[in-house]
Amino acid sequence: MKIKPYGDTLDDGKIQLSFTLPVKNDAKGHEAAKEIAKKMGLIDPNVVFSEAISEGFSFYVMYGIVAFHIESDDLVVEDIETPVLTREEIEMLIEEQIGRDVVFVGASTGTDAHTVGIDAIMNMKGFAGHYGLERYRNIKAYNLGSQISNEEFVLQAVKLKADVLLVSQTVTQKDVHLHNLVHLIELLEAEKLREHVIVIAGGARITHELAKELGYDAGFGPKKYAEDVASFAIQELIHRKKSR
Amino acid sequence: MNKLNLDLKKIAQCRQAAEEIATTILSHIEPYTTVTIERAVCRLLGIDGVDGFDVPLPNRLVDDVLKNNTLEMGISRHIAGALKDTKLSLEAFLAQYATDQISIIHHSLPSAEETRAILEPYYRQSFAKIRKNKQERERYLHMYVTPKTQLYVICATGNIHEDIIQAKAAAEQGADIIAVIRSTGQSLLDYVPYGETTEGFGGTYATQENFRLMRQALDQKSKDLGRYIRLVNYASGLCMPEIAAMAALERLDILLNDSMYGIIFRDINMQRTFIDQHFSRMINAYAGIIINTGEDNYLTTSDAVSEAHTVLASQFINEAFAKKAHLKPEWMGLGHAFEINPEIEDSFLIELAQAEMAREIFPDAPLKYMPPTKHISGNIFRAYMQNTMFNMVTTMTDQSIHLLGMMTEASHTPFLSDRYLAIDNAKTVQKALHSFRDEIIFQPDGLIVKRAHEVLDHAVEMLEDIKARNLFEALETGMFASTRRGRDGGKGLEGVIKKHRSYINVISDILEEELR
Repeated sequence: MKIKPYGDTLDDGKIQLSFTLPVKNDAKGHEAAKEIAKKMGLIDPNVVFSEAISEGFSFYVMYGIVAFHIESDDLVVEDIETPVLTREEIEMLIEEQIGRDVVFVGASTGTDAHTVGIDAIMNMKGFAGHYGLERYRNIKAYNLGSQISNEEFVLQAVKLKADVLLVSQTVTQKDVHLHNLVHLIELLEAEKLREHVIVIAGGARITHELAKELGYDAGFGPKKYAEDVASFAIQELIHRKKSR
Repeated sequence: MNKLNLDLKKIAQCRQAAEEIATTILSHIEPYTTVTIERAVCRLLGIDGVDGFDVPLPNRLVDDVLKNNTLEMGISRHIAGALKDTKLSLEAFLAQYATDQISIIHHSLPSAEETRAILEPYYRQSFAKIRKNKQERERYLHMYVTPKTQLYVICATGNIHEDIIQAKAAAEQGADIIAVIRSTGQSLLDYVPYGETTEGFGGTYATQENFRLMRQALDQKSKDLGRYIRLVNYASGLCMPEIAAMAALERLDILLNDSMYGIIFRDINMQRTFIDQHFSRMINAYAGIIINTGEDNYLTTSDAVSEAHTVLASQFINEAFAKKAHLKPEWMGLGHAFEINPEIEDSFLIELAQAEMAREIFPDAPLKYMPPTKHISGNIFRAYMQNTMFNMVTTMTDQSIHLLGMMTEASHTPFLSDRYLAIDNAKTVQKALHSFRDEIIFQPDGLIVKRAHEVLDHAVEMLEDIKARNLFEALETGMFASTRRGRDGGKGLEGVIKKHRSYINVISDILEEELR
């Protein structure tokens, strides 16, 4: 199917954008904003609002028309294929197919101090009405908190006999999260642990595709809850057990 | 102002319990000093700079003495002894020390009187500078009007020069307070980096030179705009006292300085934190620096509806510790936050109840109100709406230090335009609701009043419970942010040193003397 953005009529191609330019807000600034939109390939760029936001900086809100269609059938998206189960279904699956408690060890690693993500997945209360892993009767969830070094994380994973490792990364400035995520995989490989655990990355800017690229088994971004993570992890564990 | 008809006896009971909680902790920590307190002493004697391996001289001095097992006597006595035996000035001694020509140990340890006499010229200089800074700030505040609600924004580029560009732009747009957020992980460094820095992650390193550069830029902007622009940094983590000392020397106006934040959210040892917070707050009291406490963090970890009383209880505890360090109420920027899930019915009313309650219980405190972050998704348009509701509560309840919410929260560090839109939002709300607070009273048996009473009741219970057990145990059992911390666990315990009976700290002696 050929698609382009939808403003108020099919195929009108309308999009909105806003940005700041390091110039004064005057006629020349306007022209500069338009020129940028034109170079982006937009047809009929239109500045609907502009304002000086400080000495030497101006802010623009613009509309324009996208000139092309894309073919959505040609797109390949790497996505998690295992179905999402409910907490009860997951608990049942563990009981029937694994027959013991499954150990999840999670942390916000490196220098990252944010725990919102890992807490939402692991803590009893969960997030937005989705209970966290601690609530699952046959999951042992260890949330190590924030600013855990990769070395410490691996050490704890071994000590706790982790089946699944959950790594949360929130700070993404200058790609600090990528270095840290790659480092963990390298460490697991060096310790010959990589194939014995399921390793999952999570965070606001994490996608499944990115996680796979970095050597993780899966990645979860915004609007994913404990059951999304657990569904994947448990089914993957069972799959590995069978193929062994 | 008692619009909520809060029970004054219960408020007094909370204060009394918090007072006793703080007293117990202070008597526990009194016999100890820490490595960062000793380093702060060095800094207030005027010792700065690094050696050939970029190790800050205060760290080298304190580490050498620690290795010699004599830090229990205090760095003051060691430095005084070294100066006495070598007959060098401090400057000359440091020049030789930094190049390994001379040692800090194996000198005599002078008596208390002698130590003070030898070091007095040095600390007098620092104290004079701090007093001058305080007067300079007062001069600005006398000259320019401070708005009832001050707008607070954050810069965090990693590069101090880029931060300055953004800070100036934000000031021009209407920001009253600029915070330079620290590079992620700095709180866990047991030293303060040196010099100006142009690289950091998720923030810019707090260094004395970075403080100076930003203060200078904001002073210029203050004069241009006819408004005093306040500067903020973070006296939290493993170097609270040193950051406070540097901030006092460079005229920062506000420091994030919570009595328990490091314990709960950075897993720093609780004894270390309680000792460090007390000393850092005494410096803040002397320098006239407003502290901001971190109660907002409880609500990003725990539920904002069910755990609201932990915020209030913690505010009382922070207030009690602040009093012990001689901070006046006008310098206690007690924290709280707008973090209730907006999907909950009447969430706005519950937020309003909490904010009004804090305002009434701490009438003289410059309350620090934090924006929604937990329930902000990448939907920038919805975030802008949530921030508008937050701005409304601030204006309706006269919050003092108003940290602006960013529409791009949860996506990236703020763009220049994000700050502009946030300031515009807040200013529009302030104008539109200008006299609202004078016009409203609350239904005496309505939801808002009932909610405030309920939170206060729970806070009384919690504080009485902590008092009965003591605060160490409360932290061990996870009473705050559902986070458990061991008394001997966490980072930095190795830097806690039991003082010898002839320990001397010339700085804390003079602080106690002058603040009392």
